[in-house]
Amino acid sequence: MVCALQAVAGRGPRRPRRAYGFMNGPMVDARAVHKHFGALHVLKGVDLRVAERELVFVIGPSGSGKSTLLRCLNRLEEPSSGSVVVDGIDILDPRTDINHARQRIGMVFQSFNLYPHMTALGNVTLALRLVAGKSRGEAEALGRAALERVGLADRAGHTPGQLSGGQQQRVAIARAIALEPRVMLFDEPTSALDPELVGSVLEVMRALRESGMTMIVVSHEMGFARNAADRVVFMDAGAIVEEGPPAAIFERPAHERTRAFIGQIQRH
Amino acid sequence: MSTWDRFAETFFNAKVMHRYLPDILSGVVVTIELALLVVATGIGAGLALALLRSLGIRPLNWLIIGVVDLFRSLPPLVVIVLIYFGLPSAGLAPSGFVSTWLSLAFVLMAFSEEIFWAGITSVDRGQWEAARSTGLSFGQTLMNVVLPQAFRLAIPPLTNRTIAITKGTALGTVVAVTEILGQASSAMSNSYNPSPLMMGAAAYLVLFLPVVVAARFIETRFAWKR
Repeated sequence: MVCALQAVAGRGPRRPRRAYGFMNGPMVDARAVHKHFGALHVLKGVDLRVAERELVFVIGPSGSGKSTLLRCLNRLEEPSSGSVVVDGIDILDPRTDINHARQRIGMVFQSFNLYPHMTALGNVTLALRLVAGKSRGEAEALGRAALERVGLADRAGHTPGQLSGGQQQRVAIARAIALEPRVMLFDEPTSALDPELVGSVLEVMRALRESGMTMIVVSHEMGFARNAADRVVFMDAGAIVEEGPPAAIFERPAHERTRAFIGQIQRH
Repeated sequence: MSTWDRFAETFFNAKVMHRYLPDILSGVVVTIELALLVVATGIGAGLALALLRSLGIRPLNWLIIGVVDLFRSLPPLVVIVLIYFGLPSAGLAPSGFVSTWLSLAFVLMAFSEEIFWAGITSVDRGQWEAARSTGLSFGQTLMNVVLPQAFRLAIPPLTNRTIAITKGTALGTVVAVTEILGQASSAMSNSYNPSPLMMGAAAYLVLFLPVVVAARFIETRFAWKR
């Protein structure tokens, strides 16, 4: 398992390389991304461009490749081919210092993945100290500010086991935004939560969106998508079937597969 | 003479005990030295091997697994005898003390490597991903996120194994190490009385009971609130 994770990891510290020079490109520019897991062809040439301050929702049946696409954007998954440029940095270039680049790409996971042996503040400050090179004092000030933003300033000293699922996910969001990322990736952030805890997480995400954060969200929270997303992307079988404004995708899907999928999730 | 008196005379003979107490005490010192060396080097080497294994270099891992499986399957006594009587033909002549130390350290290394490795692999994959996604390197993730959790899982089996193998210092008697059991059995043959053996047993209790209690304390300290 560790070996597999190593393959995911970039090696060797190198300076980030600006692929765009001084031109103003999209915040996220993924082109012709393919991903094979052995014989399984999970992503079949996906193109995804996300502008600065845009919130893009990615929906689709399970196994459609939406999580894999998200994980290719910060190279947690190494695409088999294609290109991924985030904030002008070529993520797949072996000369790119991926650990440095990842500070700009926050990620929130379905299962929170908080470090259970640390307090909420410890979770938020770890990368600030080790990656961003802040002193303990600076890191704690930034960490407390991040916890404040997700409404958990009073839980700084609690360990994950003492927090509810919704609070844990908000700490996870604080852990990512403390590094001041340029884009945030959300991988089904509310799927593991009890229904009554979903609202608090969505509220934090809405505030984040209002602060101008570029966000890519894999989720089936249709209500949230409807009033917060700029664009909805529907994926099926490793490819983008169609995309457009939420109203268009939800009310007048052009493709039969989209219509079937939307119909299915709205019935629930 | 009652049965009890005869029993006490045989197993708890005050005169014999008094006479051989210094020998037993010097045996205690040797046992402590041996045990500390075995624990420090054995667990240290085991952790080092587990960390090397986590790098995922395949030929190296085959080598580590081979060595570990070898020392896990050989009885420690066989390893002691091999080193003590075998190495001289290779031009090295380790003392009984060194032979016993090396043998037990190799065995503890093998077991602790497996225990640490099991701890490392049982840490959820999501922990790696979360840490890496915030920009931590492989090594930083291993040291700050994964190992602390792996240690917590490793401590109960590790303390068990450490105590079991450290008690193996008694095997040093076969290669003339003057540790507790060695001193006790030679005192027993010199005095024609098993009382020194009882003293030896008492010495083991005095030595290892605190270790067992300390192990319990460490286990509770490393548990965190869930």
